[in-house]
Amino acid sequence: MFVEKLKIAALATAAVVLMSGTALAQKKYDTGATDTEIKIGNIMPYSGPASAYGVIGKTEQAYFNKINAEGGINGRKINFISYDDAYSPPKAVEQTRKLVESDEVLLMFNPLGTPSNSAIQRYLNSKKIPQLFVATGASKWNDPKDFPWTMGWQPSYQSEAHIYAKYLLKEKPDAKIGVLYQNDDFGKDYLKGLKDGLGAKASMITAEESYETSEPSIDGHIVKLKAAGVDVFVSITTPKFAAQAIKKLAEMDWHPLHIVSNVSASVGGVIKPAGFENSQGILSAAYAKDGADSQWDNDPGMQKFYAFLKEYYPEGNRLDGSVVYGYGAAQTMVQVLKQAGDDLTRANVMKQAASLKNFTPDTLLPGIKINTSPTDYAPIKQLQMMRFKGEKWELFGDIINDELGN
Amino acid sequence: MSAAVEEVVTEAPAVEAVPKRAMTLGTGTSLVVLALLILAPLVVKNFVIFQLTMLLVYGLAVLALNILTGGSGQFSLGQSAFYAVGAYTSAVLMEQYNVNYALTLPISGILCFAVGFLFGQPALRLSGVYLALATFALATAMPQLLKLNFLEPWTGGVQGLVVTKPDAPFGLPMSQDMWLYYFTLAITIAIYVGAVNLLRSRSGRAFMAIRDNEIAASAMGIDVALYKTLAFGVSAGITGIAGSLGAIVVQFVAPDSYTIGLAIQLFLGMVVGGVGWLPGSIVGAAFIIFVPNMAENISKGLSGAVFGVLLFLVIFVVPHGARQVAIFCQQTVAKFRKR
Amino acid sequence: MELFSNQILAGISTGAIYACMALAVVMIYQAIDHLNFAQGEMAMFSTFISWQMMQWGIPYWAAFFLTIGLSFVAGIAIERILFKPLAKAPVLTNVAGFIALYSIINSSAGLIWDFTIKQYPTPFGSAPFLGSQLISTHQAGMIGVTILLLIGLYFFFQYTRVGLAMRAAASLPESARLVGINTSWMIALGWGMASAIGAIAGMLIAPVVFLEPNMMGGVLIYGFAAAVLGGLTSPLGAVVGGFLVGIFENLAGTYIPGVGNELKLPIALALIISVLVVKPAGLFGRAIVKRV
Repeated sequence: MFVEKLKIAALATAAVVLMSGTALAQKKYDTGATDTEIKIGNIMPYSGPASAYGVIGKTEQAYFNKINAEGGINGRKINFISYDDAYSPPKAVEQTRKLVESDEVLLMFNPLGTPSNSAIQRYLNSKKIPQLFVATGASKWNDPKDFPWTMGWQPSYQSEAHIYAKYLLKEKPDAKIGVLYQNDDFGKDYLKGLKDGLGAKASMITAEESYETSEPSIDGHIVKLKAAGVDVFVSITTPKFAAQAIKKLAEMDWHPLHIVSNVSASVGGVIKPAGFENSQGILSAAYAKDGADSQWDNDPGMQKFYAFLKEYYPEGNRLDGSVVYGYGAAQTMVQVLKQAGDDLTRANVMKQAASLKNFTPDTLLPGIKINTSPTDYAPIKQLQMMRFKGEKWELFGDIINDELGN
Repeated sequence: MSAAVEEVVTEAPAVEAVPKRAMTLGTGTSLVVLALLILAPLVVKNFVIFQLTMLLVYGLAVLALNILTGGSGQFSLGQSAFYAVGAYTSAVLMEQYNVNYALTLPISGILCFAVGFLFGQPALRLSGVYLALATFALATAMPQLLKLNFLEPWTGGVQGLVVTKPDAPFGLPMSQDMWLYYFTLAITIAIYVGAVNLLRSRSGRAFMAIRDNEIAASAMGIDVALYKTLAFGVSAGITGIAGSLGAIVVQFVAPDSYTIGLAIQLFLGMVVGGVGWLPGSIVGAAFIIFVPNMAENISKGLSGAVFGVLLFLVIFVVPHGARQVAIFCQQTVAKFRKR
Repeated sequence: MELFSNQILAGISTGAIYACMALAVVMIYQAIDHLNFAQGEMAMFSTFISWQMMQWGIPYWAAFFLTIGLSFVAGIAIERILFKPLAKAPVLTNVAGFIALYSIINSSAGLIWDFTIKQYPTPFGSAPFLGSQLISTHQAGMIGVTILLLIGLYFFFQYTRVGLAMRAAASLPESARLVGINTSWMIALGWGMASAIGAIAGMLIAPVVFLEPNMMGGVLIYGFAAAVLGGLTSPLGAVVGGFLVGIFENLAGTYIPGVGNELKLPIALALIISVLVVKPAGLFGRAIVKRV
């Protein structure tokens, strides 16, 4: 009884603070929410070429299990329904429609992949169903005017690239930049960001090489970049290829200034397999802590994360950046639902998602906060640059708010 | 190594002979299936109608492969490429040039027929695994071609294109999904009937003669080269129309939708439905749409493994696909009647 | 000119990967007369087994040979359990079986070892080879092992009773049975050997491309292409084909202006197909005359 009272009190306070005094007394529901349950839909590539990311869905499931075991959100259990889309847009449409029309979920949370999300975006917006915290870094998700029901989560690829561009303009204005990028939405978005960031000096990029994920090894591209005489190597690659590049550079005894995109900055997933000795001095930028980096062992947020892994997701690999990612995204989702209180309508969920103020999931870097508003649908837009030294990343410089991008 | 040694082999045909009568369903059965297909959307949810529409679309694509492999004995792992050409033709025409969706279908059909016919020319010299590799090359090349920079103003590059879903015409009181279903059904039936008649015609007999024994066929005066490329063209044309319909139904095209994975799915659909048995195409399409969903329900982490096991079970029980089941039923019914 | 020779060297070093895999492809083709789509995944799984052994503290070479033995047995077991029952089924049904096997192995490996990349040790070291920074000692070692395997296979098929019986069983099963060859077991033996060679290929490739469940996907495509280019019946052809594909691909990516880089795989494949149109049995394959 006492606990109940406490809860109500806390809720009331939260509501007063966060919902700026919206009437709270009556409960309002849309399809997918009841007194006891909130249904959340999700699609993930559990099979197919991108199955490495399936871990994100499993982590989120485990996190929601934890929330449910601890009593749920405002007394409601989360029913997380996650389907496999095999990274194929037609399948994504099929599964999303199944979630919306047959399972009747309240909202879609963290569907993965730019192509899959592009395929379902118009459908969800026309049905006025929140498409929250999509798991892709394309910049197009921050478009509240045209797509008021779609919101991103992580910093966009373009704003990350802007940060590197700024760094290079300041530190190495006469650099000759060579770019290796994956020939897909991720690589092209990133390259565009880099060029936009360099602005008038985009001609600093003297060599561009693209690769396909079907290529077993990217050695040939790196040989070409070296032959082109570049002295800055920007690696817009996914983990396997980033590690290959780091190793190949060391084998060729070629030491340009090496920048690795955040996607592949994982200590456990990239740097360690590629060899610590080969990775000294590599630059990158981050917004989240790294589960394999010993500097966070005593961090209270990460300790919570490790405790969660131990109890609810023992088979989860803390070295895998996707696990950290899923945890942070799921925490953000829970925060939005907490804020929504008893008004679990889709409109209110979207409104709460667009009014996150200084929210900090356990896994974000110190100082990085989630902020959204009705005109700002980019929850995380801060990054900090870092340099690899010894066996861990050393953060340097200020936390950078990318004002160029969105 | 032993290049000088020439071997003489009597090659067994890769695809077993299916008599043309056994390629179709009886009239009674056809009417029952047709009635079911027409009535089904009236009783199910919109999302199921969408799935049924996809079933028809994939069914059409499997049918096209069946004409090529079951009809003329040529093997293709490149159907996803023709499907992609069809899908992009419709998407680009509809979104960039405001062409009516129905008009884009014949255009993609003709375009894909031409592409297939041209591709069939070099493929003529190849058979068996070599043809498989050539078509496979086409399938792996297609997503990369669609991503090319200079095509980006039309194709949208890696981001793909969003396609607008058409409303039912003449103010018919039905949802977009239902209208698209009947639209697809009408086209599917028309193509199915056309395909059955094609295989029963002179050309169809020529296809099958080539399938069963190419050298004998040419000795009988069949223009092997012409009919083989023709089979490629027809198959590609139908696949292209299926691709167009798929693009309109899914409302989105992107290079990632048309990878080699799609070609493999269509191939599996053909095997499960029964090579050379046209009605099996729809059974095969059902397999590739619904069995992955079933596998996923059984285990998320192992969905691929479960799918593999289910596929093994199917080919163990019925190595000749759904055709075997149909023949079995037919024989049982016949026995029953005799008593 | 330096770029040209560098690209050739880089092509040879990636070509070594393809050559290794192509040998396994030829092996299975000799035994069953078609291509096995699950071959790359079988090799990947073997490599994971050896990696797991090393995690448990077994030294490299012990793990290496143990894995080859295990893969040999596993290959035979797969044939006996899964594909012998399909012996009478149509060829295309068998191909569907390969796809099912692919799916099972890939998904299981993902569940057991997850999808993060793993470093795989090399016994040859990764220093520059003979002063060239483009070929490491590992890649040189890989080329060496491939050539050893090639010589071994040549003698096996050309001079041993089993090797000859296996070729006979694959190309003319009826006649082979008449002269007393147990064709069914020849097929199983072929599976075992192909699986063992695949394991060697996997363990040599893994240090370059990193170990993860999808590592062989791309390699197998190139392996097929190399084997087909060289002629599916010739181990020598497979190895030469592997190097040629590696070099083709790099030169196309470097010297074809505009689209070369984006389309180097399609261009390489198109080139192979043109070769096949001229020489349908591949560069080193036996010409087959058909009879009505």
